[in-house]
Amino acid sequence: MANNLNAIEFIDVSLAFGERVILNRVSFEVHFGEAKVVMGGSGMGKSTLLRLVLGLLKPDSGRILVEGEDITDYTEEQMMSVRRKIGMVFQEGALFDSLSVYDNVAYRLREQHLPESEIEPYVIRMLRFVDLEDVVDKMPNELSGGMRRRVGIARALVGNPKIILYDEPTAGLDPITARTICELALKLRDLEDVSSIFVTHRLQDIDVLSREYVLRDDKGNLVFEQEGDRLCLINTKFIMLKDGDIIFSGTDEKMRLSDNAYIKRFLAG
Amino acid sequence: MNLITRGIYQIQELTLLTWRVLRSVYRPPYYLREIVHQMDVSGFGSLPIILLTGFFTGAVLALNTGNTLQRFGVQNVSGQLVATSLIRELGPVLTCLMLAGRVGSGIAAELGSMLVSEQIDAMRALGTDPIKKLVIPRIVALVTMAPALTIICDMVGTLGGLLTAMTFQGQASSVYLASAQEAVDFNEIIGGLIKPTVFGFIIAILGCYKGLSTTGGTVGVGRSTTQAMVSASILIIAVDFLLQKLILSVLLQR
Ligand SMILES: Nc1ncnc2c1ncn2[C@@H]1O[C@H](COP(=O)(O)OP(=O)(O)OP(=O)(O)O)[C@@H](O)[C@H]1O
Ligand SMILES: [Mg+2]
Repeated sequence: MANNLNAIEFIDVSLAFGERVILNRVSFEVHFGEAKVVMGGSGMGKSTLLRLVLGLLKPDSGRILVEGEDITDYTEEQMMSVRRKIGMVFQEGALFDSLSVYDNVAYRLREQHLPESEIEPYVIRMLRFVDLEDVVDKMPNELSGGMRRRVGIARALVGNPKIILYDEPTAGLDPITARTICELALKLRDLEDVSSIFVTHRLQDIDVLSREYVLRDDKGNLVFEQEGDRLCLINTKFIMLKDGDIIFSGTDEKMRLSDNAYIKRFLAG
Repeated sequence: MNLITRGIYQIQELTLLTWRVLRSVYRPPYYLREIVHQMDVSGFGSLPIILLTGFFTGAVLALNTGNTLQRFGVQNVSGQLVATSLIRELGPVLTCLMLAGRVGSGIAAELGSMLVSEQIDAMRALGTDPIKKLVIPRIVALVTMAPALTIICDMVGTLGGLLTAMTFQGQASSVYLASAQEAVDFNEIIGGLIKPTVFGFIIAILGCYKGLSTTGGTVGVGRSTTQAMVSASILIIAVDFLLQKLILSVLLQR
């Protein structure tokens, strides 16, 4: 039952580690061009959910579809072509320690045997995108946490994946860097039509993603605008995970009006 | 009971890993640069310790056997004795025990920390098969470098024996070398090279398996490292016995 509207679809997905149930018949879908913000307390299985999309982990039951393709029973080899369409920003960056920043970002292109003359301008452009041109030759252990995270984002964006999974990309960062990362996600969502799952607990991220959008004006400059009179955002939806279940799914307006005690406390900060 | 189930589970996982390696070793992509790099790190990098081990082993062999041989009036065969012991037994086993300690544990530590810091997942997410990129180069490097290092160990060991025989036992170098040459038999050498090839595989596959099955964060990495080294060492010594039995009956027909 492939639905061509969905970039990612979970159908009754369950997963347990031993006795501990992480996901209990979870179903949701991410439409093309939509950003799905996934919230939930620590240890509720948000990272696990992203690992399922990449096939790094297999569910105990249920089906997972990526761009209409049922990847649940794919072998590691078959997954490789699916993973090429997906960029993943790992929670801790997961940079390759033994490779420089440049080589980390270039990794995917090197694996595809592109000539170095094509790789270099691309990598530099990516690093400029995350504002890290000046650390190209540094090793990951010489970078701060925020810089590592941004290198991780640059690495995930290489190859222009149409699906991006962000695992708490802003956690533990200063407000300005965090804002930059959210703006990046907005640009990809609104200008490049990227579908994404954005895991976060930060209320500021939720505000930015649910209320702002970006567009190009007549002169080609980027302008960030608040939703409201001109437009109401429909390309961002929210999911709240708690104890294996999705306790909320929908738009931010609906979420803010929810009378569920847990959600109220979560949004109160 | 728990111990037995865990043992069976580990053997099963190890067999599975070996199977995946054998299945993908012939299929592209090949990481030749990675292989050369690993050969350099694990082979060339181990040269100093192999030279030292080999030299002193040969020297002490000559020292220990010298007196006994003298009592029977046959000290002129000490060259053959040292060289045979090295080629047949001590060269392969000592070289590979050293490699298990230096390289096997290093592999487990490196892959283990890559696993716990999600680098292995990142690699898979970026479309690379860790078996091809990490495991196979390490296996190829050890399977080729272990025999090469064993030959070097045999040679410096014989040299160490020569120096002992000359300085402490007043033997002429020509006598020692002529006797040592007696030991150089084609089948002996083949037997002496089959062993380190097998041991090299054991070291690499155990290092990779222990590294890739690390659980429990950084503490787990330490545990995997130790286990990789200990299990490889024990397996080397056990397999050495079986291989020697096989080599004796098939190659040397004794
Ligand atoms: N390989 C594993 N084996 C056993 N349990 C695991 C494994 N991976 C994760 N878990 C458990 O699954 C639960 C969910 O983990 P996950 O990393 O998905 O949480 P999370 O929602 O991302 O939390 P955080 O916000 O802290 O990142 C945790 O309780 C964790 O202990
Ligand atoms: Mg997480």
